[in-house]
Amino acid sequence: MGGFILTRLLSALLVMLGVVCLVFMLIHLVPGDPVDVMLGESAIAADRQALRTSLGLDQPLAVQLTDYLKGIAVLDLGDSLHARQPVSSLLASRIPATLELAFAALVITLLIALPLGILAAVNRGGVADLGAMGFSMLGLSIPNFWLGPMLILCFSLWLGWTPVSGRDGLSSLILPALTLGTAFAAILARMVRSSLLEVLGEDFIRTARAKGLDEGSVIWRHAMGNAWLPVITLLGLQLGALLGGAVVTEVVFDWPGIGSLMIESIQKRDYPVVQGCVLFISLAYVVVNTLTDILYGLVDPRIRSGGGR
Amino acid sequence: MIRRWLPYLLISLWGLAAIAGPWVTESANLIDLEKILQTPTLSGLLGYDDLGRSVLMRLLAGAQTSFLVAVGVVGLSAIVGTAIGLFAGYHGGWLDLVLVRVIDVFLAFPGILLAIALAGVMGPGIDNLIIALSAVGWVGYARLSRGQVLSLRNRDHVTAAIALGSSQWTILTKHLLPLLLAPLIVEATFGVAGMVIAEAGLSFLGLGVQPPHASWGSMIRDGASYMLMAPHMVLAPGVTIMLVVLSLNLLGDRLRDYLDIRLGY
Repeated sequence: MGGFILTRLLSALLVMLGVVCLVFMLIHLVPGDPVDVMLGESAIAADRQALRTSLGLDQPLAVQLTDYLKGIAVLDLGDSLHARQPVSSLLASRIPATLELAFAALVITLLIALPLGILAAVNRGGVADLGAMGFSMLGLSIPNFWLGPMLILCFSLWLGWTPVSGRDGLSSLILPALTLGTAFAAILARMVRSSLLEVLGEDFIRTARAKGLDEGSVIWRHAMGNAWLPVITLLGLQLGALLGGAVVTEVVFDWPGIGSLMIESIQKRDYPVVQGCVLFISLAYVVVNTLTDILYGLVDPRIRSGGGR
Repeated sequence: MIRRWLPYLLISLWGLAAIAGPWVTESANLIDLEKILQTPTLSGLLGYDDLGRSVLMRLLAGAQTSFLVAVGVVGLSAIVGTAIGLFAGYHGGWLDLVLVRVIDVFLAFPGILLAIALAGVMGPGIDNLIIALSAVGWVGYARLSRGQVLSLRNRDHVTAAIALGSSQWTILTKHLLPLLLAPLIVEATFGVAGMVIAEAGLSFLGLGVQPPHASWGSMIRDGASYMLMAPHMVLAPGVTIMLVVLSLNLLGDRLRDYLDIRLGY
């Protein structure tokens, strides 16, 4: 058991190292001289040299990477070029909003996906199944940058129930969370359905029915208990993906999180901040995935023995 | 009957619009100040945008962008990814070990995030957009083909080919690649659907094609400011994206059932 956790942690660490290297390389993908791009053509030579030194761009690549890694170890991600403050404190001021949005979206995902998936599986082939899966197909095909404006049009502009944008209490959270959660609910509902259908075909379900249990306890006590595992894994994977998908949603609703910070910084060519945002979201994703992996292993012994993915 | 043929019809329309693209560019950029924000009428079917340009014409021009990017990116990343996955999976050893690590690192970036960062850093434009999306997209095909090759390379017909002295090129292209095609086609179909959304998403964020070129994503962004006065500006491109993506997803589902494939997720 300890070995299993250790292997997972080590491989997560290796992946994180790779992620840091890739994010570090981002600034070197800027066409031409990054300093020119960030300061503009008209900047004076002394300013250019100062920025080049502060970004370490005058050092050999290996030295730059080591410095970057050393910085990350003490949570120093460099300074923002525009806000004149450390990237880490900029990130810290935006993290709560993104987490709030991601968790709210997760709750909405569950609220939609579980009933829909169960309903579809129980009425397999029926009208409810067709409707639920049709909804799921639709949810997968609607881009969130369109769903968002449509929801704003209906609920904010026409009905006036919610604020158009910004982060101001619970009412401002509902639409962004719904926008972000819909696509994931669509995926999860399909997963719940197929996972439950698989379990419903097992012998012990037939036994439970044969001994005269009512359908309700067959579904809830016997079937769902076994259908949870793949659902939980997907949920773990999605929490990370939610953080990524939040970028577009945050822009649509002007939600003051990491995603909108990233897009603002791209527009201002504030590359250290862009790097910081990508790094934070990806590392959070790796952490969540690793935790899910380990949890899954704790719950289901079959995974530990190396069957893995 | 309609449900059966609608996806094919819509995908064909999308392709035709893309081919027609170059001929409508001029009328898509034609500004008519008298028609600013005009709502749909019989003569101007889908209405006009904030600059008085025909929304229908811009949809057609945008179809070209989305088709070019989606098919280009999926083609590029499928070829590169499959080649890498085939080679590494067949060879095994340190090469395979390195590939698995690289794939893990790329998969550590959630969805579209890395593409946004890449496109943002490299600057806007259709070529950078294709590069950014392909840089993220190849991983899926590499993982898929590697996994398939691992289970296929010990089959009897491969062993026989090795015994007969076939070159590695022959084994990879004649004995392994054909067996990979079915899952690859299914993956690529879903891939095109994903890329239509990705292209529109990046253009929505201002990282895709630049004005005056049309993209469904930038049409939604521009229209969002005029939603109350001219909802057709947002409705038209949104419904179009939804229909195209829905058709591609349905086609992918159908192909998967027809080819009887279980992808590993």
